[in-house]
Order: sequence, then C-alpha cells, then structure tokens
Amino acid sequence: MSELLSEITAMLIEGNFKDMAAKTTTALEGGFGAEIILNEGLMPGMDHVGIEFKAGNLFVPEVLRSAKTMQEAMNIIRPILIESGAEPAGKIIIGTVKGDLHDIGKNLVGMMCEGSGFEVIDLGKDVDPTSFVEAAEEHQPDIIGMSALLTTTMLSMERTIKALTEAGIRESVKVMIGGAPVTQDFADQIGADGYASNAASASDIARELTA
Amino acid sequence: MAKNLTTLVTSKTRTVEIQRNNPTVIIGERINPTGRKKLLSELKEGIFTIVKNDAVAQVEAGAKIIDVNAGVPGADEEALLKDMIYAVMDVTDMPLCFDTADNKALETALSIYEGKALINSINGEKERLAAVLPLVKEYDAAVIALCMDDDGIPPTAEARFKVAAKMIEEAGKLGISADRLVIDPLALTMGSDHNAGRIAIDTIKMVVEEFGVNITMGASNISFGMPDRAAINATFLAMAILAGLTCPITNPLEEEIILAVQAADLVMGRDEFGMNWIKTYRSRLKES
Repeated sequence: MSELLSEITAMLIEGNFKDMAAKTTTALEGGFGAEIILNEGLMPGMDHVGIEFKAGNLFVPEVLRSAKTMQEAMNIIRPILIESGAEPAGKIIIGTVKGDLHDIGKNLVGMMCEGSGFEVIDLGKDVDPTSFVEAAEEHQPDIIGMSALLTTTMLSMERTIKALTEAGIRESVKVMIGGAPVTQDFADQIGADGYASNAASASDIARELTA
Repeated sequence: MAKNLTTLVTSKTRTVEIQRNNPTVIIGERINPTGRKKLLSELKEGIFTIVKNDAVAQVEAGAKIIDVNAGVPGADEEALLKDMIYAVMDVTDMPLCFDTADNKALETALSIYEGKALINSINGEKERLAAVLPLVKEYDAAVIALCMDDDGIPPTAEARFKVAAKMIEEAGKLGISADRLVIDPLALTMGSDHNAGRIAIDTIKMVVEEFGVNITMGASNISFGMPDRAAINATFLAMAILAGLTCPITNPLEEEIILAVQAADLVMGRDEFGMNWIKTYRSRLKES
C-alpha cells in the first residue's frame, strides 16, 4: 500500500480535518482513484476508529473529529465516485424518532456507516413515522435506522414499522434500531430486523443486513 | 440584579425552600426507568421495591425532593405514576417532583398529592404551556421550565434567555409568579460540543441577573462521551452553583456529586460553621 494512502488513514484516525482536503487532492493528483482513496485510505481509518471506540479507547469528541475529517475527504471524492458510477455498499436512512431530540448516537451511527461505504441520508431528529415513510419512498434505501433515547419515544419505532407496512414497503427495506433504552428483545417485539448497542456495531449490523 | 426569589415545594409535613442563600437542594433523579432495566421490569409487573429503596437511599444521601418518572413504554402512565407516588409516600415524607409529559397523568398526580408539588416540566412550546400552566395555577404547584421551544433548543445563551423570559411572561399572564418557575438552561453534552458547558453557565447568569429565579439542571448529561465523567460532573456542578444553580436534578448516591455540591455550598457561605460538610464526612467514615 502506498505511503500517501497510509498517511490519509493516519490523518483520519488522528482527526486532522484541517489538512485532509489538501492531502486528498494530492492523492488524486498523484494518480490514485477516488475509489482507492475511499477503500484503502479512508475506510481502514474508520474501521480502526470504530474498533477503538467500541473498546473504550477513543472518546466521542475524537470520533466526531474523525467524522469531520472523513467529510473533508468525501466532499472532494464523492462527486468523482458518483460520476464514475461506483456503487456504495448500500443506502441507509437514519433519524431520531418523533418527540426525541437526542442525536449524538444517531450521528455516530451515520458516520460509522458512511465510513463503511454506505450512502447515508440523515433525516435529523424528531422524525415522525410519515417522514420516514416518505423518505423511504423517495430514496429507496436498503436500510432504515432509527434511534431513541427515551423509554417514551422508543414506541415511535413501532409506529414507523407499522407505517412502513401500511405503505406497502416494509418488505423492501430492512429496519435497524438502537439507543439507550432499546434492547434486542424490544427489537424482536416490534419486528425490527436488527439491533445495535453502539455506533460501531451498528455499521457491522448494516453490513450484515445488506450482505 | 433582581432579588433572589424563594420557591416553595412541600409535602403534607415538610417544606423545602429553594433559595440562593440556602444550601443547594438536590432533586433525586433515580426513580426513572429510562436506561434502568431492572426497575423497568419491576414496574411492568407492578412491583415497587426498587422505587421504595431508591426513595429511601436518595433521602438518606441528602436529596430534598424526589423526582418520580413513570415512563414505561406501553404502560398506562396515569395509573403507574399514581401507584409509584403512593409507594414513595409510603417510605418518605419528602416533597415530590412529577416527571411526565402525559397531561392526564400529571393532573391525576397533582390531585392525589397533598402539598405544593414540583412539576417536571414545561418548555416554551405553545401546546405544552397551554396544557400545563393552568394545572400549575390550579394546584398551586411549582414547575421546571426548560429553555427550549417549538424551534428546538436554541444554540446561544441569549436565545435561551429569551425563551426563559417568554415562559415567565406566559406564566405571569395566568397569575403565576416567577418564584414558581424553576428555569432549566439545558446542559447538552460537551462530548459533541465543547461549548455546551459554557452556554449553560452563561444562560444561568443571564436569567438569574434579570429575574432572580431558581435554577435547576440535569448535570450528568454534560460529560457524556468523555472519560473521567465524575470529575467533569462535579466541577460543572460547582461552577453552575456559583453562577446561580439552586436545585440540580441529579443522583445523590454518587459521592462525587454530594461532595461537589456541599463543597460549593461551603465556599458560597451557605453552610453555617461547615456543619453539613462535617456531617457528611462522618457518615462516610461510619459506612467504610
């Protein structure tokens, strides 16, 4: 593997968002394809960040810095990837459910999934079932990911799944859920396809669901 | 600077005076099933052992008001909150704080309670104000008012101050005086925004300067995503008390919390002869 790509990996892990755009441009000018930069420069870095975060060795601000650094690189290579017709690992819609304003976990999931090569569409927080359904109809995602931090708002996950069924699109999309009060039992009970207890396992589950 | 107001929260037999010259009042947050799987499963079965134990332990640890939250998914919140309140009143006579977004549950709780309860909470959302303020008035209660509204949580202290001012004004229109509103500036997590602590502290200072009202805040959220959380929480609490925090909602069973609050009270000259500080030290010696 080239030195330039390992520098990109290191820069991502370090969260050096200030220098990432220039480094990405240098790599492109040096003849590296956008897909190579993503697969062999950025993704190994995000993998590392995910593993270390899960192990408790990296903390939220560090992960957010890495995410910001990832964005700097993606802003440059995304148009090239789209132009070249490179396929993302899958498309995922995420959002914090109706009545809930907690979005840190959801944001972490979004960036971890993006770091795993998914195209991520983030609907934000306080997202009602109808908005999930409309977004699913518009974007035709592989996965819908829902987050809730409150025992009272997690019930909205079930309502969203029902709304997907009523709209006749439940079969065409996988649903995964997470958040502090959410458990595997609850996921089974409301008929979700996947549950993740943290952001790093969320991207693992997303990969399994689209495999 | 506005005069310091006194908020009264009472039970049948006890009166808690929240006031900037008094020691800080801890509102015990433990009786809340969010993220507590054992408590959740007990409540689903109508068992209140943990509720009662938590109430007693928090009072012993120094809580002066006990928050009761019945947010069990799928449960009849009105009936559950009522049962939980009776369970808590079985074991302590400390005043209670009713923590619910369900207006019917809130009204029932207020109607069975003898005393001036604390309500958790209103915010600047029109619907919420219209639903809860009349209950505050009718039941002579006090209410926690969060600095957020229909547009979400404002990103600056200035904008949060405006929401606080608006809520105080709306309450005033119904004849509810400012001393019955306890403002919560909202402490977001520093893990995702390193300015979150400063914004909360600045909001407290501005609101207290203008209105002299009492201030509450959940103080453990602030350290989410960070290592050594207890140290952050303790320092933040002490700084917020200096800025004007008078009744944090927190977990008194965590030693760092109690130490931070009592040390801050001592520094602020609210602990006569340092007796609270010494008493807590002795009771810790006994335990070990």
